[in-house]
Amino acid sequence: MREVDVKQIGDAVRDLAISTNCELGERETEYIKKMLDVEESPTGKEIISMLLENAEIARKEMIPICQDTGFTVIFLELGQDVCLVGGDLNDALADGVKRGYTEGYLRKSILSDPIKRVNTGDNTPPVLHLSIVPGDKVKVTLAPKGGGSENMSGVCMLKPADGIEGVKNFVVDKVIASGGNPCPPVVVGVGIGGTFEKCAFLAKKALLKPLGERHPDPFYAEVEEEILRRINESGVGPQGLGGRVTALDVHVETYPCHIASLPSAVNINCHASRHGERVI
Amino acid sequence: MAQVKNITAPLTDEVIKTLKIGDKVAITGVIYSARDAAHKKLVDLIEGGKDLPFDLPGQAIYFVGPTPAKPGNAVGAAGPTTSGRMDAYSPLLIEHGLKGMIGKGPRSESVKDAMKKHGAVYFAAVGGAGALISKSITKVDVIAYPELGAEAIRRMEVKDFPAIVAIDASGDDLYEKGKKEYGIGA
Repeated sequence: MREVDVKQIGDAVRDLAISTNCELGERETEYIKKMLDVEESPTGKEIISMLLENAEIARKEMIPICQDTGFTVIFLELGQDVCLVGGDLNDALADGVKRGYTEGYLRKSILSDPIKRVNTGDNTPPVLHLSIVPGDKVKVTLAPKGGGSENMSGVCMLKPADGIEGVKNFVVDKVIASGGNPCPPVVVGVGIGGTFEKCAFLAKKALLKPLGERHPDPFYAEVEEEILRRINESGVGPQGLGGRVTALDVHVETYPCHIASLPSAVNINCHASRHGERVI
Repeated sequence: MAQVKNITAPLTDEVIKTLKIGDKVAITGVIYSARDAAHKKLVDLIEGGKDLPFDLPGQAIYFVGPTPAKPGNAVGAAGPTTSGRMDAYSPLLIEHGLKGMIGKGPRSESVKDAMKKHGAVYFAAVGGAGALISKSITKVDVIAYPELGAEAIRRMEVKDFPAIVAIDASGDDLYEKGKKEYGIGA
């Protein structure tokens, strides 16, 4: 067994909360730059230029890319040969969030109750997705999730007879109907299979994939490309004000499925598709 | 891109009449921030016949909840939030003199009807450009509901705040027109 102090995990959360919110990834930046040549609408081009300029300012001054610094979603891959020491893991994660959001001048957007709506004041608690994996490492992936794009997401329990066409139509319709709300150009995560909650999780996990990377299964790679093409034919465009670049990319994640079901989910991110990881 | 129109806030009817969808504007003057919770409070005050924390006629409201300012800065990242969530409240505010709204995303028919009837304009700011937009906000004072944190109402002095006219006072809507113009085979 390898001992890992939970404080180290908390420190990773603190650092990643700040870096993911202020630094647009290099790959993402290069990818968005290419869209300046794809976009035909003058307003759309102008908006893409502004997003690039914004990323530059954010990176240089460590100001958040967006004022909505999100719900702190943490994917924790815990090696089964790791023994956690030094206290309660959940406390360490919450402490990391609190320090990151306070010391990084990030916005505190979390309410202690969905109906009574009182702000917790430190952006805690995070949402934790824990998985146990082989090995003696801990991988912390942090993805701050903004409310505007999250609100445009959805789950649909399709019938198996709806097939892949049903999935494609559901995703394309959902993204187009979102219009300018999720701050297009967006990144689209699609979950297919599993159960009701599993497919929503898959859609979220799909958002962690790098821009431009296709699904290893050629069948799903083609599905990703078709959904992307159809979304970009909609004319929604940057910020919903008309144009060719509505989505930057579409990523699909799948899971085995019940004989009676075809659960499908779509989760949307803005251009920044914020996420980062650290292995301890 | 057409030339930038320099306008000042608060807004006058004369200026509003000249603004058409697709116009790129640079707003200088004073605007007020308010989002979900603050809108509910403003509407409750109007319905209760009480005074608002600021004089509404002619003003522009920016749908924003900024991040905390770093030392030496007037404000943190300050891009727009989704305007659709304010659709339930905006018509009453427009009826009471609100002339401009700045946010992101489309608006409901009832908001557009109120805008046409009372001569108001809706500007789109670029969602996701919070750091860039913060550079055009020069002074910020919380004037009401500090307990709401990011959702408090702030008086903001702005200089060349970048925005695009998305819905004008004649009811023209760039969200509809832009999508039609660039859509393929729809």
